Amino acid sequence: MSRPEDTLSADVHYDDVEARKYTTSSRIQNIQASMAHRALELLDLSSPSLILDVGCGSGLSGEILSSLPPEEGGPHVWIGMDVSASMLDVALQRDVEGDLLLADIGQGVPFRAGTFDAAISISAIQWLCNAESSDVSPQGRLSRFFNGLYASLKRGGRAVCQFYPKNDEQKKMITGAAVKAGFGAGLLEDDPDTKNVKVYLVLTVGQAVVNGQTGDITGVVKGMDNVDVMDARRKASSGKGEIKKGSKAWIMHKKEQMERKGKVVKSTSKYTGRKRRIAF
Amino acid sequence: MKVLSLNFLSCAVKGCKSSSDSYPLHPKDAELVQDDIEVNAQLLINLLPRIDWTALTTTATELGFPALPPQAPTPEELEADEAKLKDLHHLLMETQIMEGKLVCASCGHEYAVREGIANFLLPSHLV
Ligand SMILES: C[S@@+](CC[C@H](N)C(=O)[O-])C[C@H]1O[C@@H](n2cnc3c(N)ncnc32)[C@H](O)[C@@H]1O
Ligand SMILES: [Zn+2]
Repeated sequence: MSRPEDTLSADVHYDDVEARKYTTSSRIQNIQASMAHRALELLDLSSPSLILDVGCGSGLSGEILSSLPPEEGGPHVWIGMDVSASMLDVALQRDVEGDLLLADIGQGVPFRAGTFDAAISISAIQWLCNAESSDVSPQGRLSRFFNGLYASLKRGGRAVCQFYPKNDEQKKMITGAAVKAGFGAGLLEDDPDTKNVKVYLVLTVGQAVVNGQTGDITGVVKGMDNVDVMDARRKASSGKGEIKKGSKAWIMHKKEQMERKGKVVKSTSKYTGRKRRIAF
Repeated sequence: MKVLSLNFLSCAVKGCKSSSDSYPLHPKDAELVQDDIEVNAQLLINLLPRIDWTALTTTATELGFPALPPQAPTPEELEADEAKLKDLHHLLMETQIMEGKLVCASCGHEYAVREGIANFLLPSHLV
């Protein structure tokens, strides 16, 4: 697949024609929605929150945030930043609920400290590695972005950034920049080693204590749903220690619980409870 | 641009971060619209401790709203008082600046707002 981010800047690539083509493609709509759902799951928010959508584009990702029903902790309110006026224009025409800002995340994140409960970014931050058209290095832009993002999140807040790294080097450069800004960081890969691999950078602000571990970046991801580890604290409080949290058995058990309560649950698939590879 | 967002935005110009005058930004020649948006009580209660009440008071006055009470309500008060909740919802979520400018009192930079979207792109010498 060709990578427009290797040759163009985002505001040039996403012109009026491309913005429309992108947003009306049902294939793209579906992929972006499922990744936004996955990011939300990783954010694990229990009540309506203020969320920053980084590289919000025409609102395909943000829409998932505002349409989340109360049973699932929503609806959330979001503010989106994007550098492409054409993408934002399409967002306006689609009457999205988020507030929109025309801004380049490589210049920083212009919100006061502790503004957001959480942030998501779907398919955007790899664009920061392209600095063709600007007088600043990718490292400089990444560092402005992550420093600004870090400050704009409240303590204990999380950010999940799905992105398309060009190669391992780029993956390391992006993750390294996040860690340097002070984030606890972990990389999660869905469908690893396939052409549909999806990479999620999971970031925490402040020392998230998971299983008594702090600082260790694997510890951050380890405590999350769908990652196969024992959670000693939960086990102690619930008294049901025999099922591993996040294991297939655990998910099936949860689903049964939810179904009994009359809630709609995703049908069980071959993906249910499957291990995801964690890098770092 | 919602009044909510204005309560969280600060000037992005280099050197302005350390100046207390760079927040809040001041609306100029603002055209407002009032949208009809469903009340999200839980969100407002969650947000309330993060709202800068002094800045909100300034913004409300600048936009021609009647003066706010000097003290922010507590989350408990907000939860118990539907009229208060509705007022705050109306100001923060339903009131939008459609056209105009946001001006930094520290460096004088003007951020244009068009069709409700504020332009925070800066020429590189200001970053
Ligand atoms: C593939 S689209 C994704 C849009 C939206 N998140 C979605 O899921 O549909 C990538 C978006 O990132 C934006 N983008 C790229 N570089 C950016 C930058 N430096 N600052 C802000 N937005 C940027 C592009 O303009 C584009 O709208
Ligand atoms: Zn300024």
